[in-house]
Amino acid sequence: MDPIMFIQFVLTGAFRSATPVLFTTLGQTVNEKTGVANLGAEGCMLMGACVGFIVTVQTGSGWLGAIAGALAGGVLSLLHGYLVINCGANQLASGLTLMFLGLGLTALIGRPYVSQQITGFDVVPIPILSDIPFIGPILFRHDVLTYLAYLLVPAIWFFLYRTRWGLSLRAVGESRIAAFSTGRNPALIAYAAVFFGGMMAGLGGAQLSLAYTHFWVEGMTQGAGFIAVALVIFGMWHPVRAAAGALLYGGAVSLQLQLQTLGVGISPFFLQMLPYVLTLAILLVWARASNRAMPAELGRVFTRQT
Amino acid sequence: MKRFMRTHLLVFLLIIGLFSQAVIAQDAEEPDPCGPLGSEAAAEMLTALSATGDLSTYTAKIGFIFVGPVDDFGYNYAANQGRLCIEKLLPNVETIYAENVPENAEAERTMEQMIRSGANLIFPTSYGHYDPALSVSEKFPDVTFFHMGGLEPTEKVGSFFGEIWQMEYASGVAAGLTTESNKLGFIAAFPIPQVLLNINAFELGAKSVNPDATTTVVFSGNWCDPAVLAEAANSLVDQGIDVLTQHQDCPKPVLEVADRRGIWSVGYHADASSVAGEKWITGSRWVWGPLMSQLVVEALDGTYVPELLRVGVAEGAVALSEFGPGVTDEVKEAAEAARDAIISGELYPFEGPILAQDGSVAIAEGEKPDTPTLETTDYLVEGVVGTIPQ
Repeated sequence: MDPIMFIQFVLTGAFRSATPVLFTTLGQTVNEKTGVANLGAEGCMLMGACVGFIVTVQTGSGWLGAIAGALAGGVLSLLHGYLVINCGANQLASGLTLMFLGLGLTALIGRPYVSQQITGFDVVPIPILSDIPFIGPILFRHDVLTYLAYLLVPAIWFFLYRTRWGLSLRAVGESRIAAFSTGRNPALIAYAAVFFGGMMAGLGGAQLSLAYTHFWVEGMTQGAGFIAVALVIFGMWHPVRAAAGALLYGGAVSLQLQLQTLGVGISPFFLQMLPYVLTLAILLVWARASNRAMPAELGRVFTRQT
Repeated sequence: MKRFMRTHLLVFLLIIGLFSQAVIAQDAEEPDPCGPLGSEAAAEMLTALSATGDLSTYTAKIGFIFVGPVDDFGYNYAANQGRLCIEKLLPNVETIYAENVPENAEAERTMEQMIRSGANLIFPTSYGHYDPALSVSEKFPDVTFFHMGGLEPTEKVGSFFGEIWQMEYASGVAAGLTTESNKLGFIAAFPIPQVLLNINAFELGAKSVNPDATTTVVFSGNWCDPAVLAEAANSLVDQGIDVLTQHQDCPKPVLEVADRRGIWSVGYHADASSVAGEKWITGSRWVWGPLMSQLVVEALDGTYVPELLRVGVAEGAVALSEFGPGVTDEVKEAAEAARDAIISGELYPFEGPILAQDGSVAIAEGEKPDTPTLETTDYLVEGVVGTIPQ
């Protein structure tokens, strides 16, 4: 097989399969920038996938489904926000609870929808650009939600590093006391970020069910939410690096499938481990840099003073 | 106080989450779970059943456990159709069921719970429910188990399964005649013998009518991972494959990709023609209703002896799915001819010589391995592109 074509196929697949994880990773990056980690991202993704699918079946509109999915993910994450920010709960415990809640709840409410048909989102090639050789098929032949995911990367970077709000958000993650003493409301900002993180996970889930697979089944995210949480660390809490991590993950998925179609046998189990192995490697190699990049307040319990 | 509330809220939410997953769902209304039968043998089995006497005299409570949801148009859907058919044919037999029962001690607990609530017959429907069924059977000697697919039946745990590879061969014939690129794609779950057997049968069927036809196989490493299935399907279409088939518990994502990218699809497990697109060809499917009902009647009559039961299209346990609207008469006739030849015994798809991928002889000339032997398949036949992951 033509090596150029092979690379094109792998990269096209990388962009395709990275999207749900990319949404979630971007959301969790913002989320963790305020010092709140959400291990329940998996649950939020499932909420988004399930509620998005149900709304699309009921209304026939993929857009309404995507919006509902995002909101569902956001609302579920508010529970995490309440537990962590108001009650001062342990972030890991609360996040895992959220994951189980999302898994169980969506299995219950989504059951009648397992065999339903939807139109959802189709691939929309961008005129002219999609005809560019090599680049066109890789970048410009996707569904609208996929385009949105990649446009969000620079948008979130700009928000975090070039706006006053982004500065406030980062300030809360570095020192709640300092942020508070400069007139900011750390709890409110953390709430907003957690809600945003949940919405993005919901949108990632909705992209999975409405645009990527056009299908709903319980537990369909298969751990993508956890991969996203790991990729935040891999990306050292930076949206552009996080996006690169998501693409690397998408590339691993796509590469192993494309290699199989050529008759090259690589254990799918090995490649399923790859994102975690990569994160682990990054932590080992750049442990110091990673520590510096980590928001100082990450994981710290909220107390009454802050 | 605050700490108390926080811990309790956490525990409460965790419990809600875990419980809502384990809920045993309510029955859904289905038009006719026993049909379409797809073969005369299945119809005869039904006639014979009703001829044995008044079926309403049978009373029992039967427990079913499924490894996935029953609405997935896949394996569990097909097995659940069998359950619904039993309920229809035997009006005084009650069935209970649990979905998403994993293949571990959870399955034991679920079966024990069913038996304690009065179930005297149990259908552990997934391959991996076999060991849990064995241990439960030791505790409850009065309960009969009908396991699907197990290889070593015991005194209390019988095993039955359909020879679906026969219909994979016939589907392969249809696919081999339909393809224009001569490249067929097969998205498999795990490289276990039954899956390898289906891939081989499909390719042999395709090659019997189209010597140039190859089947490219991709293993997804999961019984139902929609994202990987969609990506695998897209990868295969990228490579110029124009007929896609699969061995998965949830066939829908692959059918969706095939439909949206305008290529042909061949089904597996259940007739998904109603949810597949215009370019659905046909597929192999299970016909569990009559067989399961017969097993239940035998058990209630006291004539059932647990054994290794393997039945195929000739006995009405498997069938071809409906043909899609775009399938030509030539293709239909060829697939049906292959099926009929298998029924009559004129054709045995795995009659030697059969060559493996590397050219070595897998089945020697003149040999006709039986189904239990075929269910130990550990190779891919010539014409299959792909390797078995180690």
